[in-house]
Amino acid sequence: MDMKATKKLGLKDRYRNQTRGLHWDTTYQPMDEVFPYDKYEGIKIHDWEKWEDPFRLTMDAYWKYQAEKERKLYAVLDAFNQSNGHLNVTDARYINAIKLFFAAIPLHEYMAHRGFAIAGRQFRGVGPRVACQMQSIDEIRHMQTQMHTASNYNKYYNGMHAVHHQLPRMWYASVPKSFFDDAITAGPFEWMIAIGFSFEYVLTNLLFVPFMSGAAYNGDLGSMTFGFSAQSDEARHMTLGLECIKFMLEQDPDNLPIVQRWIDKWTWRGTRVLSLVAMMMDYMLPKRVMSWKEAWEIYFEQNGGALFKDLERYGIKLPKCALQGIEEKEHISHQLWAGIYQWNFGTSVHSWVPSDDELDWLSAKYPNTFDKYYRPRWEFWREQEKTGTQFINTGLAENCQVCQFPMLFTEPGDPTTLCHRETHYKEERYHFCSDHCKEIFENEPEKYIQAWLPMNQLPQGTCGGGTLEGWMEWVHLVPGQDNGNFEGSQDQANFQKWKGQVTGNN
Amino acid sequence: MSVVAIKEYVGVPRDLEANYHGNIMTYITWEKHLMFAAPFIFPVPPSMLFGDYIKAIAGVIQPHPDAAKIDWSKVEWRKSYQPWQPDMAKTLAENGITHKCHMSFRTPGLDGIRGLGI
Repeated sequence: MDMKATKKLGLKDRYRNQTRGLHWDTTYQPMDEVFPYDKYEGIKIHDWEKWEDPFRLTMDAYWKYQAEKERKLYAVLDAFNQSNGHLNVTDARYINAIKLFFAAIPLHEYMAHRGFAIAGRQFRGVGPRVACQMQSIDEIRHMQTQMHTASNYNKYYNGMHAVHHQLPRMWYASVPKSFFDDAITAGPFEWMIAIGFSFEYVLTNLLFVPFMSGAAYNGDLGSMTFGFSAQSDEARHMTLGLECIKFMLEQDPDNLPIVQRWIDKWTWRGTRVLSLVAMMMDYMLPKRVMSWKEAWEIYFEQNGGALFKDLERYGIKLPKCALQGIEEKEHISHQLWAGIYQWNFGTSVHSWVPSDDELDWLSAKYPNTFDKYYRPRWEFWREQEKTGTQFINTGLAENCQVCQFPMLFTEPGDPTTLCHRETHYKEERYHFCSDHCKEIFENEPEKYIQAWLPMNQLPQGTCGGGTLEGWMEWVHLVPGQDNGNFEGSQDQANFQKWKGQVTGNN
Repeated sequence: MSVVAIKEYVGVPRDLEANYHGNIMTYITWEKHLMFAAPFIFPVPPSMLFGDYIKAIAGVIQPHPDAAKIDWSKVEWRKSYQPWQPDMAKTLAENGITHKCHMSFRTPGLDGIRGLGI
């Protein structure tokens, strides 16, 4: 009998079968009950078929590509581990940038994994469901690869032993945590704007490029490699975020004000979180890549500006907060590192006063602000250190109700005054670091009154009983080991000793 | 709309006065002294005399070289952004200070290191 071989399916047909072909409209139960979460946010969708996945990636191809990337990455990580790659970094101070990254990012990759799994279940359209499914798997892969990279450092250096435990407890970890908690408790469309658009599209370059270039400049092959491995996934995520926003805007004109409000909110929330990156770039990398100001200008003002220009035809405007971000690019890294330095008895990273070279670099990169406002602070603190009376701030800091940063940012137009805003809701006062955080609160107060503010919890006695020692134990911070100055730290001594063993005979 | 939700949604504030074991939370900023990176939190009993409250503040700001030079009788006060004159001999409650009140004070002639606001 003659066999009649059917022709192998082309890419387009395969994609159609593996996405649209997997969908059916339910008949025993109304679709609204099977998918109860994709209407309450007010977004109107008339035709889910209009969703286009620009990558047209099918699941079989996805596994093949990802497996190949994993093989390459783990070959490098193994080599890094076996050859004591951690000793090739420029200076042990660099490892504090890695500590900050691992305290803030991998566990939020995991939250992103969860969020996309949830959104994938909540959308009734099959196109976004499949795209969310792949992104969900990407995000858990990123968490895993970052953790595996971190473990090579965690074997040798302090401050990384309890990142999971510290995430809901450590005062600065609550900044990115509150960002992701806010996003994951929103509906699926807001989630897509929060993570898919504002974070992955508008702001991702300000997170990954600085950290990965920072790794490359400072001899950290491990972090550089997971960065590259994640990069091709990020390109897909950015496209998904942009597709989602265009889809919403094309479906119904009523969607525009909702989408604009989300863009405004999440661009600001993201900008606040990125202050941590700003500080890392300007203060924590022994070999600098570029200043935060330069990075902001390239990736936000130029690239982001072009993106918003492109979205103008849908009626989308540049977020209102962008102007404040532009002004703050000259300030935030200095303000935040000053905070970390004076509260460094309570951090899992070490800190230090910049060296003369570094102060000069900062003066050159920030000619409008550094000499005038910030250099005198560092020079004064350096003198204090020399006399053996290091400046320590033992007061508890007020937190912003929305971004949860200590309220250390200054008033727009006046870098000598702290910015402070207040509002009332149901007989209770709430405080904010900025007009934008206040506006986010006022749009949904019932959500943000529940914020777990790390400093406000201490006197309630929920964090180890209210004493500093009790708090340290509760947060798993080992005093004299994880915290304090880099100078004189165990990390510094060990790095020198091990480096000496590699390069000398002692 | 106080929250976008699929059904009725009521949040519970985490920082109610009842959670502070008889204390109230006060927030306070020393203007033009950015060496202290953020406003301070002081959980204190509302029955505390304002004069004693100032002693608590003085303890925390003591590492700043301006701290020892403050003449507390000349300090300019604000409460919720409005000019305000506290009475040192009265309690916080009698001075109208309630839970999560924000105050700030300015020390005329003392504007931080080299007058730079730090």
